[in-house]
Amino acid sequence: MAMSGGVDSSVAAALLVEAGHDVIGVTLKQWEDEDGNLPTAGCCTVGDAEDARRVAAQLDIPYYVLDYVDEFRRAVVEPFGRLYLAGRTPNPCVECNRKVRFNALLERTTELGCEALATGHYARVGWHPSGYQLRRGVDHLKDQSYVLYMLTQDQLSRLRLPVGELTKPEVRAHAKRLGLRTANKPDSQEICFVGNGNYRDFLLQHFPETRSPGVVVDMEGNQLGTHEGTAGFTIGQRRGLGVAVQEKKYVVDIDSASGTVVIGDAADLLAEGCVVVDVTFVAGRAPLSPEIEVKVRYRAEPEPATLGQGPGGWEVRFSEPQAAIAPGQAAVFYQGEVVVGGGTIERPLSDG
Amino acid sequence: MLYLDHAASTPLRPEAWAAMEDFRENFGNPAGIHGVSRGAKNAMEEAREHAAHLIGASRSDEIVFTGGGSEADNLAIKGAWDAAGLRSGVVVSAVEHKAVLESAAYVERLGGKASVVGVSRVGVVDPAEVAAAVEANTAVVSVMLANNETGAIQSVTEIAERVKSVNPGSLVHTDAVQAFVSETLSVDELGVDMLSLTAHKFGGPKGVGLLYVRDGAHIEPVVHGGSQERGRRAGTHNTMGIVGLVAAMAAADSDRERFREMVAEARHRFEATLIEAIPGLRVNGPISNRLIQHSHVGFPGQNSETLLIRFDQAGLAAAAGSACQSGAVEVSHVLTAMGFTETEAAEAIRFSFGWTTGPGDAELAAKIVVDVVESLS
Repeated sequence: MAMSGGVDSSVAAALLVEAGHDVIGVTLKQWEDEDGNLPTAGCCTVGDAEDARRVAAQLDIPYYVLDYVDEFRRAVVEPFGRLYLAGRTPNPCVECNRKVRFNALLERTTELGCEALATGHYARVGWHPSGYQLRRGVDHLKDQSYVLYMLTQDQLSRLRLPVGELTKPEVRAHAKRLGLRTANKPDSQEICFVGNGNYRDFLLQHFPETRSPGVVVDMEGNQLGTHEGTAGFTIGQRRGLGVAVQEKKYVVDIDSASGTVVIGDAADLLAEGCVVVDVTFVAGRAPLSPEIEVKVRYRAEPEPATLGQGPGGWEVRFSEPQAAIAPGQAAVFYQGEVVVGGGTIERPLSDG
Repeated sequence: MLYLDHAASTPLRPEAWAAMEDFRENFGNPAGIHGVSRGAKNAMEEAREHAAHLIGASRSDEIVFTGGGSEADNLAIKGAWDAAGLRSGVVVSAVEHKAVLESAAYVERLGGKASVVGVSRVGVVDPAEVAAAVEANTAVVSVMLANNETGAIQSVTEIAERVKSVNPGSLVHTDAVQAFVSETLSVDELGVDMLSLTAHKFGGPKGVGLLYVRDGAHIEPVVHGGSQERGRRAGTHNTMGIVGLVAAMAAADSDRERFREMVAEARHRFEATLIEAIPGLRVNGPISNRLIQHSHVGFPGQNSETLLIRFDQAGLAAAAGSACQSGAVEVSHVLTAMGFTETEAAEAIRFSFGWTTGPGDAELAAKIVVDVVESLS
């Protein structure tokens, strides 16, 4: 049971224990301060590990902290900086799940003498005559299937997601019923290794080359202002553009090579589709029907679209144009409750 | 649970428990003038005399009671450096306990000089190298009696001699925290000016230890306040702990012969079984000059973190590296100093035997280790 010290994984662990499973709790040490210790602020802190340890003690299960600092830095943090430098908007949670949790840690569970790995994600593993299915969490407000789209049949066969069948209020009610110390702990929102700080400050501190001044221009190429580095911008961003304009303006394009940030109106953000690369399908193959719903951001509802193959990779065509398609983010394909697969957004498509 | 992590901490000896239990009502603050205080003070001073005797010190006021081994090490390094003036320096070995290494780093941060002497592949310090690092303004030299991970025993007597011949004014300190349980110590034979001990490594309670400070060696306090311990360590005495510390010292001292026989036999059988059953197994540290209770072993191709968890699941307690704040296993600075690669360091586990180790424990432990390693191979 991967325990973060939060309420979801605490309840997940408790439910497994209640169901009579032999459970071992583990916390991944993924990030450390310069002194080699867990951070004291943000997520994955000493306090979080301590909460996880105390919950494990309450449940009377063994608990260990596993060192994944090197893997995490290599697989998550370094690409995070590299992608921002390339003008993209990375999704570190997806990379962490792909490379660390459901690769390195899942392999480790067998070595640790375990049959399965459980996490506190809001998503469900289901069985269908055609194989294992990844389904959205019952609580659509908390659904985390977006960051799990890369899971394979083999991984799903060894994965348990006990809170996927519950809503967040039900999880909190279980935590209260069980008297877990994490019952009222607030949800974490931030990127875990960035902590409470601003991700731009994090980039400047860990990737100093992100300080690379450039210009802000409008759709016609007129210079409106300057900026301290394209890594501080995300497609669709509205605040902190550093230019004084009357109407609402958004970042619509980032050209890291020339250091140019292009801003425009809401309409300029719309795209009719996107090219998606590094696509994986949960079933191991593309769905029979091209009619899907697609989620292009963690906090977005799945939108109807069709999936087809184009020259540069898989192409998604939305039924209605979508705003702020950010290269680097994940595009995740659904059919109803089922996660079909997904990949990384390469670029928006606007040619109809 | 088969417990082979005695170097981390060992069970309380009944003698120590009994001494503390007897002390239950002796609650007085030894600093007072009334009869209740006198009762506590007398018991503590008796303990102090006994402690001095057990390490071959001639005077009881050479014993400074502390809150454990780390505090004793801090007091030795920082206290001697402070007393010699802040421009002076310290010399330490690269395999010292973090309490010594971090104290040396602290000295450096405050403008002093810290020299770190390396070790051989088996973790042994060359006395000549230590002497070569000593300068005219070296305040203190610190080399541990035996290493907490590998059990490597250092030539402290020779180191002390050589240091004194280069600079008679430099104080020599040794951290004997791991060694006392199995080695008979005499501060005069060792020729050291300071020596650290902590109770819980030989059957006393946690959070109490001592620093031997040779008469005439001047150190400044690290904990400032009252004039306890002749101004060398402020704070109301942990009287019950001190009584437990010294009772455990006495018990370990009189139990030492039995301990050595039992543990030597257990370790020999344990290592022989492992070497026979596990291809490529490495025993780290010096072959002969190592504490008899330590067995530091490298399992080729294995990950110590995984092994420790599997051992724990199978009912065997052992250790690797040193645990950090969160409890994750970190690559040991000791193995790094010995020239181990990161992979070699990550394959190593320390098994340490102790006073409660029974005759059949070695076979049982070896069987668990071999079973787990084979299941992972």
